[in-house]
Amino acid sequence: MTEDSRLGGVGLTLAYERRVVARDLSVAVPDRSFTVVIGPNACGKSTLLRALARTLRPTAGTVLLDGRDIHSLRSREVARTLGLLPQSSVAPEGITVADLVARGRYPHQGLLRQWSTQDEQVVTASMAATGVGELAHRPVDELSGGQRQRVWIAMALAQQTSLLLLDEPTTYLDVAHQIEVLDLCARLHEEQGRTLVAVLHDLHHAARYATHLIAMRDGRVVAQGDPREVVTAALVEEVFGLPCRIVEDPETGTPLVVPRARRGRQSGPVAAG
Amino acid sequence: MSRARATAAPTRPPARVVRIGTRSVRWRGRSLVVGLGATALAVVLGVLAIGGGDYPMSPTDVLRTLTGGGSAAEDFIVGELRLPRLVTALAVGAALALSGAVLQSLVRNPLGSPDVLGVTQGAATGALIVVVAGGGTLLLSGAALLGGLATGLLLWAVAGRHGLHGYRLVLVGIGTTAILTGVNGWLLTRAPLMDAARAVLWLTGSLDGRGWAQAVPLLGLLALLTPVVVGTARALSVIELGDDTATALGVPVSLVRQLLLGAAVLLAAGAAAAAGPVSFVALVAPHLARRLTRVPGPNLAAAAATGAVLLLAADLAAQRAIDGHQLPVGVVTGLVGGAYLVWLLAAQGRAARI
Repeated sequence: MTEDSRLGGVGLTLAYERRVVARDLSVAVPDRSFTVVIGPNACGKSTLLRALARTLRPTAGTVLLDGRDIHSLRSREVARTLGLLPQSSVAPEGITVADLVARGRYPHQGLLRQWSTQDEQVVTASMAATGVGELAHRPVDELSGGQRQRVWIAMALAQQTSLLLLDEPTTYLDVAHQIEVLDLCARLHEEQGRTLVAVLHDLHHAARYATHLIAMRDGRVVAQGDPREVVTAALVEEVFGLPCRIVEDPETGTPLVVPRARRGRQSGPVAAG
Repeated sequence: MSRARATAAPTRPPARVVRIGTRSVRWRGRSLVVGLGATALAVVLGVLAIGGGDYPMSPTDVLRTLTGGGSAAEDFIVGELRLPRLVTALAVGAALALSGAVLQSLVRNPLGSPDVLGVTQGAATGALIVVVAGGGTLLLSGAALLGGLATGLLLWAVAGRHGLHGYRLVLVGIGTTAILTGVNGWLLTRAPLMDAARAVLWLTGSLDGRGWAQAVPLLGLLALLTPVVVGTARALSVIELGDDTATALGVPVSLVRQLLLGAAVLLAAGAAAAAGPVSFVALVAPHLARRLTRVPGPNLAAAAATGAVLLLAADLAAQRAIDGHQLPVGVVTGLVGGAYLVWLLAAQGRAARI
């Protein structure tokens, strides 16, 4: 692990029961980066994220947080440094946005420190940062998918961790809400100086938002680095098995993956008949 | 996803906070009102319960006797007969409701209750074994406690290996309940006729003839487990959000879950040992408390208070509903609780929640 990395894994073997997903995997998350992990389905990217968030214990190897084995640290101590937005969470029936976001304060509270003025300020600020302040007293069940995801992000922000892991934060959202959530992540990264690690499916989004890209296949890291250097036609073909061309995103100048057309569809528009 | 409602969403009353230095405690006005209301109702119903029966006493007589100014006969009737029954009712109701509230949060399913998970049936099996073997009342209570605990251990052994997930626990519980119901039926056919009649009465759940011998051990259990349950309540409200989220927030999920499952099983088994398997209180009381307080989450104190009052009211109704004929309290909780559950499912179905 390099010196400027607070979170990473060394020699990780990751498995569910007996099914091994990754063997001898080592990664380092650059400090203050917006790291995005990409790869085809079942390549182990979410598993890696779960291991980094200590919701999955590696069968071999060590996850290091600030140079120490994450499983040797106290649960609550880790929770003040490292936050996670899992793929699926459950909103208890009838809970309001403010109540849900407030539960993110758990690692900072105690039996006799149930609601400090700081808790109050952080929850208000987290809701403002994600644009759900006006929804504070609405039940979460009644919100749209995009609003709900922003509420969960607000809860993770209320945890006040310098590192935040997001497991496919844009899944189930329409394209406008996907961009909205990713713009929010980029803002958190740039303005608040948090280190973000996200698992994303969309290569275009990954290339556009990531400052550091990790491409995985079959439980191995195939390539990593600046997306402008990492995302090449050869790499996309190797990782996803998808023949493609890379063009420049006219908005951001980042690489844009354009899949090759099927044979027979290469000519101009088909005349309507 | 549910349809958007035409009316504005009801806003929840914000929580109140008391801060002294760095210490702070948070509560909701509505929860406090529900708790105080339930306590007041319990006092009124308690005085009525003690005053009624073959030797009627006016509320003033009851209060006079309770404060130590009664005649010898009154002292005996209140202190040895009616007060222990009242205390048993309150303790059984509170224990069942607490157990149900914890289990519902733990398995994230409104059906998570000791009745559905088979703990109550396990207690019944223990009791029936004693009946068939011809044991006494004390042995019966002990066996009921052990039966409930054994079922809890079985649930943990079967469903717990993979992390005690909500649905898995409910399904394993339903299976366990089915098996134990069969075993209980078989045991009943093996019992002599007189004992079988006594067993059936016990199986309905009854407070008839319950004294300090039943009340005191259950009170002890409550005194032991309430701090455990209350101390982990905040962690429980985070576990409700999902295992991954709870872990990320710093809750040692499997440890807390095992601790709370153990406490919930003990409470339910203890209640069954004292009064038999009184149905539906564990399922209904937490629901009712949540609707009354309008606070999401485990709502432990409100649930316990609601459960205690519910069982007391049911026992009062069981004694007075039909003139000159006492019903076992389990008949009343079964009828009322079952009807409430059906109504709840119908109402929730309309709101497209279930």
